[in-house]
Amino acid sequence: MNEQSGSGSAGQHRVADYRYHTLVVTVENKSGVLARLSALFSRRGFNIESLAVAPTDDERFSRVTVVVDLESAPLEQIIKQLDKLVNVVNIRELHPGHAVERELMIVTVSAGPDRRDELVEQLDRAGGKVLSVGADAMMLSLVGPPARIDEFEELLRQYGIIELQRTGRVALANLDEDD
Amino acid sequence: MKMDGGQALIRALELEGVDVLFGLPGGAILPVYDPIIDSSIRHILVRHEQGAGHMAEGYAHATGRPGVVMVTSGPGATNIVTPLCDAHLDSVPMVAITGQVPFAAIGTDAFQECDTTGITQSVTKHNFLVAEAQDIPRTIKEAFHIATTGRPGPVLVDIPKDIVDPDNPRSALEWTDDVEIDLPGYSPQTDADPVAIVAAADLIRAAERPVLYVGGGILKARAAEALRQLAELTGIHVVTTLMARGAFPDSHELCLGMPGMHGNFTAVTAMQESDLLIALGARFDDRVTGRLDGFAQGAKIVHVDIDAAELGKVRRPDVAILSDCRVAIEALVVELASNGIGGVNRGAWRSRVNGWQENFPLSYERTQGGDEIKPQMVIEKLRDSTPDDTIVASGVGQHQMWASQYWSFEHPYTWINSGGLGTMGFSIPAAIGAKVGCPDKMVWAVDGDGCFQMTAQELVTATVEKIPIKVALLNNSYLGMVRQWQEMFYGERYSEVSLSKDVPDYKAWAESMGCVAMRVDSPEEIDAAITNANEVDDRPVVIDFRVAAAEKVYPMVPSGASNSDLLVSPSQQDQQ
Ligand SMILES: Cc1ncc(C[n+]2csc(CCOP(=O)(O)OP(=O)(O)O)c2C)c(N)n1
Ligand SMILES: [Mg+2]
Repeated sequence: MNEQSGSGSAGQHRVADYRYHTLVVTVENKSGVLARLSALFSRRGFNIESLAVAPTDDERFSRVTVVVDLESAPLEQIIKQLDKLVNVVNIRELHPGHAVERELMIVTVSAGPDRRDELVEQLDRAGGKVLSVGADAMMLSLVGPPARIDEFEELLRQYGIIELQRTGRVALANLDEDD
Repeated sequence: MKMDGGQALIRALELEGVDVLFGLPGGAILPVYDPIIDSSIRHILVRHEQGAGHMAEGYAHATGRPGVVMVTSGPGATNIVTPLCDAHLDSVPMVAITGQVPFAAIGTDAFQECDTTGITQSVTKHNFLVAEAQDIPRTIKEAFHIATTGRPGPVLVDIPKDIVDPDNPRSALEWTDDVEIDLPGYSPQTDADPVAIVAAADLIRAAERPVLYVGGGILKARAAEALRQLAELTGIHVVTTLMARGAFPDSHELCLGMPGMHGNFTAVTAMQESDLLIALGARFDDRVTGRLDGFAQGAKIVHVDIDAAELGKVRRPDVAILSDCRVAIEALVVELASNGIGGVNRGAWRSRVNGWQENFPLSYERTQGGDEIKPQMVIEKLRDSTPDDTIVASGVGQHQMWASQYWSFEHPYTWINSGGLGTMGFSIPAAIGAKVGCPDKMVWAVDGDGCFQMTAQELVTATVEKIPIKVALLNNSYLGMVRQWQEMFYGERYSEVSLSKDVPDYKAWAESMGCVAMRVDSPEEIDAAITNANEVDDRPVVIDFRVAAAEKVYPMVPSGASNSDLLVSPSQQDQQ
């Protein structure tokens, strides 16, 4: 069974209004390819919300998951221009309602002994993990749909975020929705 | 077979059919210059690398074969950025080989190191930094494949010195004849979708006021003959953009000439009033459309292009055909010939078009003997005293527009200019490249005095290499096009547009570069000068035509205005 996808839990969040769209771009695993992608985005004025790159099971290729801002350019132009890059092998457009999207956040929040229990309880409810505990702070991690990460980040603000790092999203199409 | 990288590079170029390199050596590319001595490839030594780049473009425009440039690292590479960008915007097939510092030194700010692939990424169709000597033959093959297929363009191959230097073990390689290209992300589509062809044909059948809007892609696709068949079969008028002059004969009764900012009234207005624009290898450039929301508002659009990103980039087509232009046009011709061209009576439209042609021909105020020379008159006289298949290369400015307007282009590949980038200094090196590619054709450069001063040193190259081009310098002692804008749109406040009337002495300068040179001050001297120039066949010729400084290019669509607000020449304005 599929977990809930990003848009499923997003409600009024940004994923649901489809201003942002996820593209999964398979590129040749060669030096300079990421620079070509980002140069294209800046030269054509395409704004990107996040970008995640990693090797694939085939060592000749890497996969780039890029969330594009459709207010800056029409999706069709973005895809067509990307496709013109010689090192781009394949582009998959993941409709927000039909994909599983995940993001990882690690975050250090200030939390002295008095607030730890409450924080851990909320973390458990969100499905996160405690990575490390210091005198006045805790380091946590959470994996989930980007919207849930947004919500949790919001919730952590009341404790005080000392340092935060998000990976940007990665995504795969839902099972049985492929053509 | 054992070889070093330099030998392999030259061998790979020979296998691609390269017959000429335009270039200039230096430290990082030195090892590749040695095997050139033993190669059948001709090398033309330029005086500035920008010249090499434009020569390669001129060669490619005239012959359809990719032009090849070879330069050193650092400043050699940065000097070709302008021609690369020019070729990129005008889809000119070109391969540039640049030297680079040794692989291990990359990133250390070594002498004459620059990030050539980084700098040229956005001005090339693709570029490569070759890491190993063994990769050279395959990379060269890939570069030519990319440069010449799909939408053509410039490709750069950056070669670190150590992999071509015979004294370095990293340059050793085993040559094999059967290298295969490996480009999993590159496969341009060339075949037109038959469903789209039928849909386009249906729109054509139903159109009352159709216009064939023809761009440079027609020439790249070698589709001039197919276009002619389509136009004649359907009786539809043709406009040829600045990049497509010559793709359809100007003397043809269906030819309306050039549209756009300085297009003629009929071409611009026919597009504006059209109910169907059939865009063939054209990209709805702002210089053609004028203000976009005022452009051909009542027209449906059929758009044929080999670059998917052009379809819908500027104007959403009703029928988009992703295809090589020739393939698509031939398919359209077959479809229309077998299933009929439709029965719409276009008589009323034709008489409107004829009326515009009669009332608003291109025009300028002619002068008599003894008066000033009108630049348009020089173009007309050149046109009338040169062979039909003369190649004309122009610079950028007023003279470019007059050349495009007043020449009569009867054959494809006879007009060579810098359309997309608008690069001053293009004409002399481009004319040289064209003459190298087509030594049996007469080649005239139409140049401005501003442009001439940017690349004139390549006339030394032309003299030394015995490339007898001819240059008509329309010398108005101004950066004339900028002057025109200041006169019309900046309240006649002239800022930094005056070039000296006295220096340089163009005749003396040209002679010092080994050219035959003449100066023409009045209209009655024009013919004799051109006749003399046409007879010179062993060296370049330059004619310094002293032309009227205040002349403006008409018609004109002011920048940002709609094409419906075209300004015709002052003598026609009361009829408008
Ligand atoms: C390299 C470059 N710099 C500046 C310009 C802007 N520009 C366009 S036309 C022009 C004037 C060209 O002068 P000239 O060659 O004398 O031609 P004219 O317009 O007088 O015929 C200038 C400066 C340009 N197109 N290219
Ligand atoms: Mg001038």
